[in-house]
Amino acid sequence: MKTSHIAFAGNPNAGKTTLFNNVTGSRQHVGNYPGITVERKEGSLLFQGTQLNIIDLPGCYSLTAYTQEELVARQVLVEERPDLVVNVVDATKLERHLYLTVQFLELGIPVMLALNMMDDVRNKGMQIDLERLSQRLGCPAIGTVARSGEGKQQLLEQITRSTATTTEGWQPLHISYGPDIDPVLEEMETLISTSSFLTDRYPARWVAIKYLEGDEEIQQRGAELPEIAAQLESIVDTLREHCNKTLNSFPEAIIADYRYGFIHSLLRQGIVIHPAQVDRMDITDSMDRVLTHKILGPTLMMSLLYLMFQVTFTLGDYPLQLMEMLFSWLGDSVTALLPEGHLQSLIVSGVIDGIGGVLSFVPLIMIMFIMIAFLEDSGYMARVAYMMDKVFRTFGLHGSSVMPFIISGGIAGGCAVPGVMAARTLRSPREKLATILTAPFMPCGAKIPVFLLLIGAFFSEHRALIMFGITLTAWIMALLVARLLRSTLIRGESTPFVMELPPYRWPTLQGISIHTWERTWEYIKKAGTVILAISILLWVAMTFPGLTPAQQQFFDQQRLPLQSALEQAPAAPRAAQLNQQLRDIDQQQSMTALQHSAAGQLGTMLEPVSRLAGFNWRTNIALIGGVAAKEVIVSTLGTAYSLGEADSEETRTLVQRIRNDKDWNRASALSAILFVLLYAPCFVTIVVMARESSWQWACFALFFNTGIAFLLAILVYQIGIRL
Amino acid sequence: MSISLRQLDVQDKAIIISVTAPGEMGRRLRDMGLVPNTEIEIIGRAPLKDPVALRLRGFTLTLRNNEADHITVEKKEPSA
Repeated sequence: MKTSHIAFAGNPNAGKTTLFNNVTGSRQHVGNYPGITVERKEGSLLFQGTQLNIIDLPGCYSLTAYTQEELVARQVLVEERPDLVVNVVDATKLERHLYLTVQFLELGIPVMLALNMMDDVRNKGMQIDLERLSQRLGCPAIGTVARSGEGKQQLLEQITRSTATTTEGWQPLHISYGPDIDPVLEEMETLISTSSFLTDRYPARWVAIKYLEGDEEIQQRGAELPEIAAQLESIVDTLREHCNKTLNSFPEAIIADYRYGFIHSLLRQGIVIHPAQVDRMDITDSMDRVLTHKILGPTLMMSLLYLMFQVTFTLGDYPLQLMEMLFSWLGDSVTALLPEGHLQSLIVSGVIDGIGGVLSFVPLIMIMFIMIAFLEDSGYMARVAYMMDKVFRTFGLHGSSVMPFIISGGIAGGCAVPGVMAARTLRSPREKLATILTAPFMPCGAKIPVFLLLIGAFFSEHRALIMFGITLTAWIMALLVARLLRSTLIRGESTPFVMELPPYRWPTLQGISIHTWERTWEYIKKAGTVILAISILLWVAMTFPGLTPAQQQFFDQQRLPLQSALEQAPAAPRAAQLNQQLRDIDQQQSMTALQHSAAGQLGTMLEPVSRLAGFNWRTNIALIGGVAAKEVIVSTLGTAYSLGEADSEETRTLVQRIRNDKDWNRASALSAILFVLLYAPCFVTIVVMARESSWQWACFALFFNTGIAFLLAILVYQIGIRL
Repeated sequence: MSISLRQLDVQDKAIIISVTAPGEMGRRLRDMGLVPNTEIEIIGRAPLKDPVALRLRGFTLTLRNNEADHITVEKKEPSA
């Protein structure tokens, strides 16, 4: 059976992925290019006896070396040498989309055009002469409507025809770059071919053009033959000077001018016919009048984001609780089945709680991605970035940073896991990194119970005010730290905001569901494995070395008289009292065990330092546990504060216990609130951060955020106790 | 009369005279079709006056003001 390798390529918003989804259906495989977060999507299908393996290249505007997407696209074309590139273009914007096509043709790789969005072309009253376009460009052209599947059959037929007739070797297109560039280009081309400079990978003329464009990747590769490289550089330098003096321009600018000139003259010859009377106001323009209006725009945006947030967390709450119930039932069943001991504890507290922790986020992530996919595919996300850019740029971020912040808890109660993942929509690497590192400062849903506990104990009369203050502090800190990072560790020019505002469209169901499922599955796979390991590690730290035999004996001896008293079947009130006393001993025992565990010893060890911020060893253990998941903080505080009060008739709540502990006061409560808000992201977030950036940056966040949080906590506490 | 793109108002039409941005910014601008002799129309400004949205070659593009500073245009007088 014949196998063909096909690459789908094109500008972002050309409908490339929609076409890819339509052609390959669910037979897809999504991975990542090694070392970077650009997705590698592959799919396959059998058509008329030919196996078509299709790779969906990341969307790019050009084949330069400035963005990861462009580098990846180029690398796949040159190294994997697909049999055919299907260049998907938006037929209503041919002039700009052909800019990339021309670059494919210059590279010489076999290309066919898929002129997508032909329905829009018809609606606008435009006409495109596909046959003449195909003749002029020297490559086949098929009209398609990816959303409805129109033209899919012809596209596949043309793919099989094209791959069947492909001649050996690439045939690069030669464009004239005018009297200043052409002679120099020829000189360089001769030099390159005679010395076989990089010609095993690229056509000679293409290498020459890349040198003129100052392409960093090609220059790096060229450095292996330093002599030729130096000669080429000096030719380029001379030309650059010449262009600067006589034309007040650069070679790369002239090259771009001529490419557009080539496309312009190509299309002018009756290939695209615009309607005589252009109706200027299309639906997108009318919608933008309202949606990006000075006052209405931001108001609607805020309401929409708030609504979206509410829907995500209200709707996500049911499956979340269901998952939690399922896992707690599972935990109880296993507890009942297995004999008491370390194995039971490992499986219940380590494995089931760990997996449960990961999986309970899944519904939330799915709903969030459905929302995001909807906003992105509809074209509204670009408007959000457009409206917010001015504010966020001031802090070294990008208009698109608003989404990750809000999802992470910018409106209190979010979650940093989907928040960090939402930063994918940022195409600017530095702004994206700064967003990822600061988004976990937001008050996520798991931090809120801690705040409520401490507010309940010390500030119950100012609940709303303090909660509002916490959210405000989070935003201020996130923006200020982003600014700090962007002017120190992630320094660099802000990425240009040259962004397309695509027309509004209804997203397709298939697009949204594939998009959502891919990301969710990726989360389950990656986070699942690492989280499980970490969860077990934390269980070990909080369990071992356990009680000494002497301590164990001490508790057993205390229990003995109570148990024998119970066996004599006393009256109901007396039995209840005895049971209560037994429970108290159990609690005391687990408290002692916790204090004695590795985590407990660490907590005790850290006490001298943590006292500066007003935290005792019990708080320390809870905070250490909170690195695993912020939900753990309150439950661990519960265990650590379950000091037996055997004689006491009334059981006291954790709020009361904390309020009565001499170590706690308003200053230390405030300091703890601030610390919990800002310190290390939870482990799920850290894993996701590592996926979206790198392990170095994720570990950096772990220590850097904790450092900042601790310093501020000390400041607040020290000022607080002096007031 | 040639002026900076920043000075154009919403609904103004103009022809690009030159793009002088260096490096990455220049390349991005050119990749998106902002080259001399291109006709553009300002179609809106963000609520805080920056970035600006403009139409060229049948699509809509956004630019920050400091990026627009690198583009010199000749304003077309509105035809009655």
